[in-house]
Amino acid sequence: MAVKLKKWFRDGDSWVWLNAGALSVSLVMVVGLLILIAVRGLGHFWAKPIIETEYLEPNGTVERLIGEIHDEEQVLAEQLRNSGVELAEDVETVTRYLVKTGNRDIGGLDFRWVLATNMRDSRYPEQLMILERREWGNFYGYLKTINEQGKTVAEGDGNWDELQQRLERINDLHDQIDSIQKGEIGAINYKIERLRLKERKLDLEGNSDQSLRGEIDKERTALQKEYEVFQQQLISLNQQIKRDSLTAEVMNGQVVELPLEMVVHAYRPNAMGVGDKILFYLLKLWEFISDDPREANTEGGIFPAIFGTVIMVILMSIMVTPFGVIAAVYLREYAKQGPLIRLIRIAVNNLAGVPSIVYGVFGLGFFVYFLGGNIDQLFFPESLPAPTFGTPGIMWASLTLALLTLPVVIVATEEGLARIPRSIREGSLALGATKIETLWRTVLPMASPAMMTGLILAVARAAGEVAPLMLVGVVKLAPSLPLDANYPFMHLDRKFMHLGFHIYDVGFQSPNVEAARPLVYATALLLVVLIVILNLAAIAIRNHLREKYRALEQ
Amino acid sequence: MSSNSSQLFDPEEQSRLNRWRDSKDFLARHSIAFGGLGVIFAIVLIFFYLFYVVYPLFIPASAESQSDYPVPGAQGPSMYLAIDELNQMAVRYGWDGEVLFFQVKDGSLVERIKLPFDRITAFAEGMPGSSLTLLGLENGRGLIVKHGFEVSYPDDVRTVTPAFNYPYGTEPLELDSNGSAINRVAFNDGEDRLLVVAATDDGRLILNSFAKEESLLEEEVTLEREVTELEGVDINVDYLLLNSDQRHLYLASTRGELIHFNISDPDEPKLVERIELFPDGVGLNSMRMLTGGISLLAAGSNGQVVQWFPVRDQDNNYTLTQIRTFYNQQSSIHDIAIEERRKGFIAGDKDGNVSIYHTTAQRNLLRIPVANGPIASLVLSPRSNFMLVESEAGRMYGWSIHNEHPEVSWHSLWEKVHYEGYAEPEYIWQSSSADNDFEPKFSLTPLSFGTLKAAFYAMLFAVPLAILGAIYTAYFMAPKMRQIVKPSIEIMEALPTVILGFLAGLWLAPLIESYLPGIFSLLLFLPLGILLFGFGWQQLPEKIRHSIPDGWEAALLVPVIILIGWLAIYISQPLEQWLFAGDMRAWLYNDLGIGFDQRNSLVVGLAMGFAVIPTIFSITEDAIFGVPKHLTFGSLALGASRWQTMARVVILTASPGIFSAVMIGLGRAVGETMIVLMATGNTPVMDFNIFQGMRTLSANIAVEMPEAEVASTHYRVLFLAALVLFMFTFFFNTLAEVIRQRLRKKYSSL
Repeated sequence: MAVKLKKWFRDGDSWVWLNAGALSVSLVMVVGLLILIAVRGLGHFWAKPIIETEYLEPNGTVERLIGEIHDEEQVLAEQLRNSGVELAEDVETVTRYLVKTGNRDIGGLDFRWVLATNMRDSRYPEQLMILERREWGNFYGYLKTINEQGKTVAEGDGNWDELQQRLERINDLHDQIDSIQKGEIGAINYKIERLRLKERKLDLEGNSDQSLRGEIDKERTALQKEYEVFQQQLISLNQQIKRDSLTAEVMNGQVVELPLEMVVHAYRPNAMGVGDKILFYLLKLWEFISDDPREANTEGGIFPAIFGTVIMVILMSIMVTPFGVIAAVYLREYAKQGPLIRLIRIAVNNLAGVPSIVYGVFGLGFFVYFLGGNIDQLFFPESLPAPTFGTPGIMWASLTLALLTLPVVIVATEEGLARIPRSIREGSLALGATKIETLWRTVLPMASPAMMTGLILAVARAAGEVAPLMLVGVVKLAPSLPLDANYPFMHLDRKFMHLGFHIYDVGFQSPNVEAARPLVYATALLLVVLIVILNLAAIAIRNHLREKYRALEQ
Repeated sequence: MSSNSSQLFDPEEQSRLNRWRDSKDFLARHSIAFGGLGVIFAIVLIFFYLFYVVYPLFIPASAESQSDYPVPGAQGPSMYLAIDELNQMAVRYGWDGEVLFFQVKDGSLVERIKLPFDRITAFAEGMPGSSLTLLGLENGRGLIVKHGFEVSYPDDVRTVTPAFNYPYGTEPLELDSNGSAINRVAFNDGEDRLLVVAATDDGRLILNSFAKEESLLEEEVTLEREVTELEGVDINVDYLLLNSDQRHLYLASTRGELIHFNISDPDEPKLVERIELFPDGVGLNSMRMLTGGISLLAAGSNGQVVQWFPVRDQDNNYTLTQIRTFYNQQSSIHDIAIEERRKGFIAGDKDGNVSIYHTTAQRNLLRIPVANGPIASLVLSPRSNFMLVESEAGRMYGWSIHNEHPEVSWHSLWEKVHYEGYAEPEYIWQSSSADNDFEPKFSLTPLSFGTLKAAFYAMLFAVPLAILGAIYTAYFMAPKMRQIVKPSIEIMEALPTVILGFLAGLWLAPLIESYLPGIFSLLLFLPLGILLFGFGWQQLPEKIRHSIPDGWEAALLVPVIILIGWLAIYISQPLEQWLFAGDMRAWLYNDLGIGFDQRNSLVVGLAMGFAVIPTIFSITEDAIFGVPKHLTFGSLALGASRWQTMARVVILTASPGIFSAVMIGLGRAVGETMIVLMATGNTPVMDFNIFQGMRTLSANIAVEMPEAEVASTHYRVLFLAALVLFMFTFFFNTLAEVIRQRLRKKYSSL
């Protein structure tokens, strides 16, 4: 039955629709945001075709342009005419492409905007290749020759396989060099540094025991000898890696020579089938997760950031769970319920709403400067004035976040404890169990899903929190991981990398934001996925819990 | 089993077990109480630690007498005094050409240097910290000398030894070719020019400009002299001062008349103005430049100290303006001494009192009686933690001063302050300083303003969406859809703000910039489109309408909203062409005078609104859902429509809950850091314009905290900002929580 407009408004059905609209807008925003991040983040690793075109420059010359189309937008023809671009009369809007032309070492800029109307004879030649390099970003061009020790060894069509084989060798050599530099030599340097500190400690203590010093010297000489062996290996590997080079033609026709050691991958997206592209995609995805960053974090992987985030969150959980649970048990089971406890409960609740940056300030002032400074004075005088714990580091970061998430755990655990029916406690007590036995054997196990929920929510919050970390221990590029093979394995004093801070740093502090942007989307996607999974887990546990107690209460 | 049961019934064993269990229980009770209270204590510690760091800002200055002895080598009053960095040794210049280095603590002589002349007729000191002085002589010449305190560590003991040298040679420079005695002198030793102004005994004023020429080979500086005589001076030149960039020259008489010359071109000095420094009848007793060489401090015979500095007027001329008056001493001020590294000074008067002042903060920090008689001169140590005061009676008093944070006052934190070089009093936050001459600007007002501005725009966006959405979810929505919606909103709450900030800064900001008219048209199109669709749906045949059950309206609207959004973007450019001649930003600027930043409050409002929506939504939804059902049933039974019940009964009952939701949302918006850090330009401006950025308290902390020197004023002011944030959010959250608890009680009683 049709409804009159007047009545529709009077009954307030219009309002109901508006309410529904407000909710839909919120939903569209959430889902749209997730989709946006997913599409941009995942799209980055797909091999895009390379376009070759004759481009009419504004000054009238025609030049060859090679690159990937990165972005496009519609521009009003009017605006372009105003800035002196000649266009046909009847055109209203023009498509403009952002083309990544790469070759930063040759051309200077690696991105440029071009007008679709000025592109002539666009084509996608199969022979065009992309070289992903260790420095200077991507290279685009045609492969000409492959050289060994300066002599051409391959030319013409057969050289693509040759190139791949030689690249494999180069990457093998790179892995060897990396593992020696980071593994063996890193360990030796670390040991030598520890010996130096040991010696300094002896100095400070006024200990002049010659036998101790002799031992240190002996160890040091042994280490130095080892070091030289590895140094020799490195030199020889570095010579081997310099053997090959290639020449390629770039878009302005110039033929340039590139040492092969600079190249990470060489591929020809225009010649790749869907299967190849999928394989390549997976390879790139794996690299993103497992590799170290390159070129001021704008390329390569984000492994150290993932690792740092995970370690920090684990440390935080270890600290926050016992304290949060003890506080909740005290508040709910032991403390005398009165106005004071109610006040404390409100205060704890409110701490969850205190800005995270305030915790960061507290962490920096109290943990880093006050506690850390005193710890250094007491336990690490040998390395002063270089601070050990008196500087931001992973321990202080996780402690700060533990404090930040403490209210979350306390509130969740308390809620869980409150849900457990009195009858269960009374039953246990009636059977003669003491209070702690009742707690330990019946109440806490039943409340464990609630604690779990609290912990998961705490972890989700900690993983996404950045502001306090900027003050207490996160850095844009950490030279070494907080956990490694060198004694004592867990280095609580080290600074670390973090996914959230990585997003901020690469997206806003990096010199080449345009090139880094896809990587930031990918990092954001990873972080979002992690947090959404954690939250969904918490929600699922909570729902399960509710069902369980509903059954108990009946 | 059997052994077990025998144990169970062994009374001795049993009682031992019970004792063990009791002690475990006892232990657990106490350790849990201890642990629980410890955790709560740790939380309380945050507040107290913040307060502990902030507290020194409010400790008043204090001073203690350290020593009191006759002025070393007293032959008349001292001409000039200076102290070394750690207050161990001091130097005293006498008018008779004697330079004495002495121990600060007891006045014992360390070294005596006799300059090769018996009478010094004029004297000027160089920029603070330069240790340079110029001595004017009877023969129209002047000698530049430099004292120093060299520090060495023989046998690990800090030892100070005096140093004394002549940077421009031992031969005095010719200042007056006529050879008339120099009465007053001022000088400034610049990068490539040494400027000396001398007032001679025969009443002339001579400007000597020595161009420096450095020969590369010998590393020796030769001076090229150029002379100009200043005309039009009809007052007694009793005070002569030059500013730091060699542009302004000030002459003053003891009667308080001042003449201001512009000498930026030394060949053509221009008389800028004549000023009376004080009201009639007040004489000028001392005049000095404040650190930085911009401000002029004039001490009057009525106990006032007045600060003046050049301010640019409409015609681009710099004229002296009286900025502040300090009045903490009853009797005539005899001498003032400035702090070398801050904008503070001390003044000694006729009654023997010394007062400590700070200019920017306009503070009278302390007044202490130092001597019994009039004070002749005084000096501060480079770190301003020690002063030497010489009385006219020939005694020297050493006082240590504790005055760590004079630059902070209510005035300097929250009110408009007239900073050096600014045309008028302003609210400015500018903490970073390149050198000691910089005047730190610690106004928290623009930061607080920015915080509230960001929160305001965020709430403007979030409150309607969240509350309307919550009403729908709690009351009209089908339970099945609720099961999808609630987790979605919870995930929205969990999204890291760094991601929201990143999208706001790198995706939303450029998008809004290019589709500005479209974004604004959404404000109109969205409600209209929703109503239109709703009404249209109602007109559809029942068959179609009933295929979708009640409570799924929101799901129906999703495609509608996507369509409207797409439409708004699509028509944006034609709209811009049609209404704003193709460029809305230019139109805003040219026709309305509104500037446009790409990262502006609109972007922040949207992004932070997004972050706040779930908080408000969840609490509102809880409050509305908790309204007892019999209230609504009663209303519906009386014939009210769904919405009438909602608006007249449910919302009214739940309104305290909604209010607390808004409070908690506000608390979150105020403290949010990453979004504002990434989505604005972080410039601390005071402008409510939606198209301009801001800097918030929290973002400011994040940006500046890592660079702040521990225990410096800057560090403590940042802690103060954190404390303000803490208290603000804590207050609003507590308020909200109390209201919620009351509401819960009310529901349970209904």
